[in-house]
Parts: sequence; C-alpha cells; structure tokens
Amino acid sequence: MREKAIYFMGTLGVLILMRNLYVILLQLGDEMQQGAIYRIFFFHLPAATTACIMFAIALVASAGFLITRKFAFDTAAAAATEVGFVFATMNMVTGSIWARNIWGIWWTWDARLTSMFILWLLYLGYLIMRPAIEEPTQRATLSAVLSIFAFCDVPIVYYSIQWWRTQHPAPVLTTPGAMDPALWPPLLLNMLAMLLIGLTLMMVRLRQERVLREIDSLRRYAHAI
Amino acid sequence: MIELRNFQYMFYGFSAAWLIIVLYVFYLVRRERRIQSELSRLKSMMEDRDKKAI
Repeated sequence: MREKAIYFMGTLGVLILMRNLYVILLQLGDEMQQGAIYRIFFFHLPAATTACIMFAIALVASAGFLITRKFAFDTAAAAATEVGFVFATMNMVTGSIWARNIWGIWWTWDARLTSMFILWLLYLGYLIMRPAIEEPTQRATLSAVLSIFAFCDVPIVYYSIQWWRTQHPAPVLTTPGAMDPALWPPLLLNMLAMLLIGLTLMMVRLRQERVLREIDSLRRYAHAI
Repeated sequence: MIELRNFQYMFYGFSAAWLIIVLYVFYLVRRERRIQSELSRLKSMMEDRDKKAI
C-alpha cells in the first residue's frame, strides 16, 4: 500500500509536469524582452524551491539525530540531502543555460550564483564524506553537523539578491506586480509537481538507506560469529 | 535569428532538467538492484552458516 502511494505520488508529479509543458509551450506567449527563453524559469525556480525544502528536511532530521541519537533521523537526512542535491544541480544547470542566452555568459561570480555554488559544494562534500566514514555513529554525527552548517548558506542564497547588487535579477515572487498573473498557475503547479517527484525520490532513497543499514548489521554479525 | 536561438537554449534548458531527473532515477534503480543482490547474498550466506552449525 505504501509502495503504491509512493509511486502514485511520483506519477502524479510527472503527469502534472507533462501537462504543464503543453501550457508553458503552447498557451503562454513569449516574454517581451527575453522571448521564449524565459520559460526555463518554470524549471529553474521549482528546482530551487524543491532543493531548499529537501535541505530543510535534512536540517530538521540532522538536528533530530543529534538530540535523540536515533539512526532513523540520520537515514532521513541522507535521503533528503541527496535528492536536494539533484534539484540544486538542476537549478544551477538550467540557470547557466538561461544566463548564456540572456547575459551572453555561462557563469559569473556574483553573490547569488557564488552562494548557490558554495551551497552545492557543501552538500557535495556531505555526500562524499558519508561513505568515507565506516563507523555508523561517527558518520551520522559528523554528517548531522555538516548538514546543519551547510544549511546556514540557504538564507544567504535567498537574501543575496536583496543584500548585494547582483547580475541575477531581483526577486519576482515576493515583489507585487513583478510577474504576469497568467504565469502564476503553471509556476505553482510545476513547484507542486517537482516537490511530489522530490518526495517520491526521497522515499525510494530512504528505503535504500534502511536496506543498507540492514546489510551493515548483517555484515557485522557475520564478522562477529 | 534571436528568436531561433532563444528556442534552441530553451530546448537545452528543458532537456537538461528532464535529463537530470532521468539520470538520477537510473542511478537509483541500479543501486536498488545492487543493494538487493548484496542483501540476498548475505542472507543466503548466513543461512548456510546456520545449517553447518546445526
């Protein structure tokens, strides 16, 4: 039953994304200054919000592990971080393609892009560090500390376009009237769809982490006898 | 010409977004297979040991 619910969630997310492709490509008109390329926004922003939600889940789970020392929290943090990293990569790649077309460059070291790149590196470090530590308690503790530290960069990424002058445009979601009302429904639907896909992937990853823990304990038992 | 280039980059952006999800799903599926085969190998090894012990 739980398996079916997970896959239903993922399928629903993909269906919403596909239905939205029709709306984005065929129903919405081009933007006056950017032309067709602005449509990348419908993937770029939802990928960022999904990544941040995943990193927030990892933060809460990491704090949960440090408080309770229950490995279920560590498992949840690892799963959420990996999925968040995938969506952060998607955000950076789509942003870079967009930048190449609009700014004429793939990358620039402005505050938003640099802080996002640092965030990406921090979580990459988390993912590389985990398999390098064999002892489970030590691995979970260090991972939790790194996860909490890495999350400190999320507000910097978010506020960077308000704190500093950046090449990256100013916020459009929180500025009233900055966005055409017709763009809101497909944008919100894409955010929902990506979140559903992200949660599905996280659940699948969570199950894998549990099996890995079982394998770990079986190996230890086999060594002991 | 500008419009055509816009569409070209929009296509790259959309393709990249979908490709990243698809590649990650493939990665998860591969890992799932590897984990399951490792689990069944360990379980059968433990069963064999138990039988020998009896």
